[in-house]
Amino acid sequence: MQNYSLLSLARNALTGHKNWQKAWRSPPLKEKYEVVIIGAGGHGLATAYYLAKEFGITDVAVLERGWLGGGNVARNTVTVRSNYLRDQSIPFYVKSVSLYEGLTKKLNFNMMHSKRTMVDVVHNYPKMRDLRRRQLTMDIYNSTYEKISVDRVRQLIPALTGGGAGSRLPIIGGMVHKDAGVNRHDAVAWGYARAADALGVEMHQKTAVTSLLRANNGDIQGVGTVKGNVEAKKVVVAVSGHTTTITETASLRLPLRTMNLTAFVSEPIKPIVDVIVNCSDLGFYFSQSDKGELVIGGAPDSAQSFRRDIKQHVFEDTVGAMLELFPSFKNLKLLRQWGGHLDITPDASPIMDETDVPGLFVTAGWWGGYKAIPAGGLTMAYHVATNSPHPLMKAFSYNRFKNLDYILETGTTTAR
Amino acid sequence: MLLIHCPFCKNRNETEFVYGGPVGANRPDPNLVSDEEWVDYLTMVPNPMGPVYERWWHARGCDKWFIICRDTVTHEILENPSEEP
Repeated sequence: MQNYSLLSLARNALTGHKNWQKAWRSPPLKEKYEVVIIGAGGHGLATAYYLAKEFGITDVAVLERGWLGGGNVARNTVTVRSNYLRDQSIPFYVKSVSLYEGLTKKLNFNMMHSKRTMVDVVHNYPKMRDLRRRQLTMDIYNSTYEKISVDRVRQLIPALTGGGAGSRLPIIGGMVHKDAGVNRHDAVAWGYARAADALGVEMHQKTAVTSLLRANNGDIQGVGTVKGNVEAKKVVVAVSGHTTTITETASLRLPLRTMNLTAFVSEPIKPIVDVIVNCSDLGFYFSQSDKGELVIGGAPDSAQSFRRDIKQHVFEDTVGAMLELFPSFKNLKLLRQWGGHLDITPDASPIMDETDVPGLFVTAGWWGGYKAIPAGGLTMAYHVATNSPHPLMKAFSYNRFKNLDYILETGTTTAR
Repeated sequence: MLLIHCPFCKNRNETEFVYGGPVGANRPDPNLVSDEEWVDYLTMVPNPMGPVYERWWHARGCDKWFIICRDTVTHEILENPSEEP
């Protein structure tokens, strides 16, 4: 792998930038691999990288229907945080946040990681009590959460001029999560892909998987693709909203529903907010990107949806709620709006496990899975390589539903 | 925005309705089925890329519950509602 540095930049500048290596190769598809990963998104690429890097398994192919990093890893709002509710979740996300913070160095790719505080704006006392309870659990696992006054909320977010005493939804306080940050999603996809490629992993774009193939004894045997069958001892499904579409071809049922989630960005403006603002009671959150755009996340469309656009009324609800608190934003032009489809489990926590089909692994149910990419990739690779779950993800098993042993995280993301 | 055909109010905007989830298996008697079957009923829902039967509630209208068949990709409503038995 060609190292990216100031020196290599200078050297390539002198030769007219004609000698940069491609970030990854595009080799022909082989008929057989040790591990096939379906989906070149954040989790698929991270799993491939850690399989090669930490466990020496390099005979790996990542198969992607569209282009690398073109799915939900390109459609999220790049919020990285660890303020979760349950004992099983918090250490997992704490690990993920810390891996993200070291990722630029580890992958030799600038993640443009920007550690920012996240401020939850709270409008009612039951919610505040709930968040204080969350704080006590988070304290155990070294994740930061702290209650602040209304004055402090307004100090941290000067643009927050609505929500006063006479308003329909007065603010009563806030919570501060100092570990939160934002970074560059393309860099995450490309950085993992480039580093995995350097270790021997193959990336195959425009290679849609159409079915899972099982041997006579029921074990996974490989995948059927538009370019022919590919054999593999182990297959990892990392396809977000399409998980059930893929697993149904192996007669496997999973407790997942596919939903559509809203996001949009404003025109670029001068710096106005340097924290991530989360108004979960009103159903929106935003941060300002390095380019100056406000990146705004909204609520999900209520019914199941495999679409990637958003509905006008969901969009209007989110904007209307935002203008309640930030009336000055009414002059902003919105540049783009989009949706992403993701699948959700009954308890809003992910499933990362080997399934009832031996050799078939799924990483699914990610709602806000962007923040989980490094830890998700690392622990999934551990499971695939060692055939036993990593301690940090052991709880996110498929079998927990059979015991109704929920890790209820509903409400800690926009999932409700 | 969907234009949903309520059996009583006819075509109304989606914002008047509350989504009631996909129509899964009928609720079994928990005392008569095995734990596996009961858990299956509680956790599994159909998640097709295509037509799905689902419940809607005209909460901001006539209060009626009904079932439509809607395509999860095109969002086209393929079948008129039938009333909840």
